[in-house]
Amino acid sequence: MTTDLSKTAPEGPAAVPPPADPRLLVRQEGFAGYWNEFLRKLRSGELGSLPVVVGLIAICLVFQLQDSAFLGAENLSNLFVTATGTGLIAVGIVFVLILGEIDLSVGSVSGLAAAVFAVLNVGHGMPEWLALVLAVLSGTVAGILHGFFFARIGVPAFVVTLAGLLGWNGLMLQVLGSNGTINLDDSGLVAALTNHYFEDIAWANGLATAVVAAYFLVSWRDGRRRAAAGVPARPLAETVLRTGALALPAYAVAWLFNQYKGLPLAVVVFLGVVVALDLVLRRTRYGRKVFALGGGVEAARRAGIDVAAVRISVFALSGTMAALGGMFLASQINAANQSSGAGSLLMNAIAAAVIGGTSLFGGRGKTWSALLGVLVIQSIASGMALLGIASAVQYMITGAVLLAAVVIDSLSRRTRRTAGRV
Amino acid sequence: MSAAPVLALRGISKRFGAVQALTDVDLEIRSGEVVALVGDNGAGKSTLVKAIAGVGPADDGVIEWEGRRVTIDRPHTAQELGIATVYQDLALCDNLDVVGNLFLGREIARAGVLDEVEMERRARELLSTLSIRIPSVRIPVAALSGGQRQTVAIARSLLGEPKVVILDEPTAALGVEQTAQVLDLVERLRERGLGVILISHNMADVKAVADRVAVLRLGRNNGVFEVRATTQEEIVSAITGATDNAVTRRQARTAEDRT
Ligand SMILES: Nc1ncnc2c1ncn2[C@@H]1O[C@H](COP(=O)(O)OP(=O)(O)OP(=O)(O)O)[C@@H](O)[C@H]1O
Ligand SMILES: [Mg+2]
Repeated sequence: MTTDLSKTAPEGPAAVPPPADPRLLVRQEGFAGYWNEFLRKLRSGELGSLPVVVGLIAICLVFQLQDSAFLGAENLSNLFVTATGTGLIAVGIVFVLILGEIDLSVGSVSGLAAAVFAVLNVGHGMPEWLALVLAVLSGTVAGILHGFFFARIGVPAFVVTLAGLLGWNGLMLQVLGSNGTINLDDSGLVAALTNHYFEDIAWANGLATAVVAAYFLVSWRDGRRRAAAGVPARPLAETVLRTGALALPAYAVAWLFNQYKGLPLAVVVFLGVVVALDLVLRRTRYGRKVFALGGGVEAARRAGIDVAAVRISVFALSGTMAALGGMFLASQINAANQSSGAGSLLMNAIAAAVIGGTSLFGGRGKTWSALLGVLVIQSIASGMALLGIASAVQYMITGAVLLAAVVIDSLSRRTRRTAGRV
Repeated sequence: MSAAPVLALRGISKRFGAVQALTDVDLEIRSGEVVALVGDNGAGKSTLVKAIAGVGPADDGVIEWEGRRVTIDRPHTAQELGIATVYQDLALCDNLDVVGNLFLGREIARAGVLDEVEMERRARELLSTLSIRIPSVRIPVAALSGGQRQTVAIARSLLGEPKVVILDEPTAALGVEQTAQVLDLVERLRERGLGVILISHNMADVKAVADRVAVLRLGRNNGVFEVRATTQEEIVSAITGATDNAVTRRQARTAEDRT
């Protein structure tokens, strides 16, 4: 409830609404207005997803010119499916980065989850669904431990998760035991995660339609509520335009999936997670707390937010997403082995979040950046595999892309600073 | 002055390492009363405020709320009791917009989903009630001037239904008009029966709105004065601890210069 001050003092300054600030930048009408606003945002460092979208298009063009199979249905469909494992891990990283922290353990945790599943299901004959739930929960527990040491004991997150990186990797090797590799049931639930496709073309088209329609309805209703409440609202024409801009890629991707095997289950899960956690971040009290911590821990604490609880929950989420991603990665090779979660996975997951536009400095980020970023990384990997380029060169190029993303992040932060925005 | 105090502090002490910031401090606030808390830089005013608000709990001493002994060990407890605080520093999250900051920790939600429209509407209403002028309620507070940030922090404390409002140097960064508005606001809060603790270095402001003045000096109580029955000189000498102080000497000098 707002303490209504105007009622007790009708003669007070409340009676005169303050005139609009003449310095306030008001967007002009029509197309020119949007263009000017766009330029102004660019200048003040609010780049948003622009660099990554431009980069993605450039990457696709380059590879397509080298090899026309790149934009083919089979390659792109596989690219999307391969990207989901790393992408899910990157979604958890986005939350941690918004706090202004880092989680270095996600690779090891994903490998541990795969090993736990393999041992419980294949080794002990536990039902698949139960083994899957327990494997994902093992990631949650690992995350809670990281969060506890960070939030309650005060050990820097960097160090705690570095210990986790080593420790969980050791535990995974221990769990896998002497044989080192456990093959999974190739017609089972986990195998289906990445090899099940909804073949009927109605699935992909239906999903695209549902997404576009939901976006339009939500925006339209929001606009009407805003107009009714007398707060600035987006004009209907803009909502229609934005819906169109969403519909174009949505139907293009649906068409593409249908050219190959249909709508992949993995992509449905990944998109579902991205959308759901996006809503959590932007539309719930919990998400607001996460952002508040990224913007100022002390201010958040003084606002009555339980800082430790939020921190622990974010690391728990990161661990959970790492474990879930680990299941998708295990599904692709249909096995859990000693190199699960090793190699460039950790770097790729962090790079995906940052390339997609989530700031390393905390306080800014979207789950969508995990999707965009992982597409960039996977496109590079897939394109180079197609061209037969050695992994040595792949690493260097991915490293350079990550560096570029971090440079853009730092520069835009600097311009935001000078433009008075953090 | 016969009414029981809504908030009473007894024997509050607080140490920071080698610094004894507060020693045995007492303070009482009644409903519908403005108590000014004054003292030199480093006297311990902000430390006392943080002890009341649960941000930096006291080491020793008793806090009584409506006659009941309470322990305020975290900011949430103070808010639940009905204590709203405007801090001198670190009050806002730079990356959140004005609406996000105003409602931080008490967001309005419908079925678990944040109701941005309602929050924005109320934010605009509240800001216009306080005649606060900012370019837009949807820009990050990092883009606001120091005074604008301060007014947002003040507005923030009035959401919720506080019974006691603590303002730590609320007008330090404000322009002439905004200062007058904050003083008006303090008077309106008193009319509504709230208790107000106002910290200020500006004696004119203190004399204008306060009912009582509590003086802190080097972390200890140094007298409580009824504003109407006290001259500015008496308060100043309590703050500095001597009748012969920098302020009186300066006044004497300027008086000599004039003659
Ligand atoms: N976090 C801290 N750590 C160590 N010492 C502190 C801390 N906060 C305050 N102090 C010390 O406590 C004393 C009182 O500080 P406090 O901030 O309460 O002063 P104040 O009366 O609010 O002064 P001002 O008018 O300048 O705001 C000072 O000597 C200060 O050095
Ligand atoms: Mg102070």
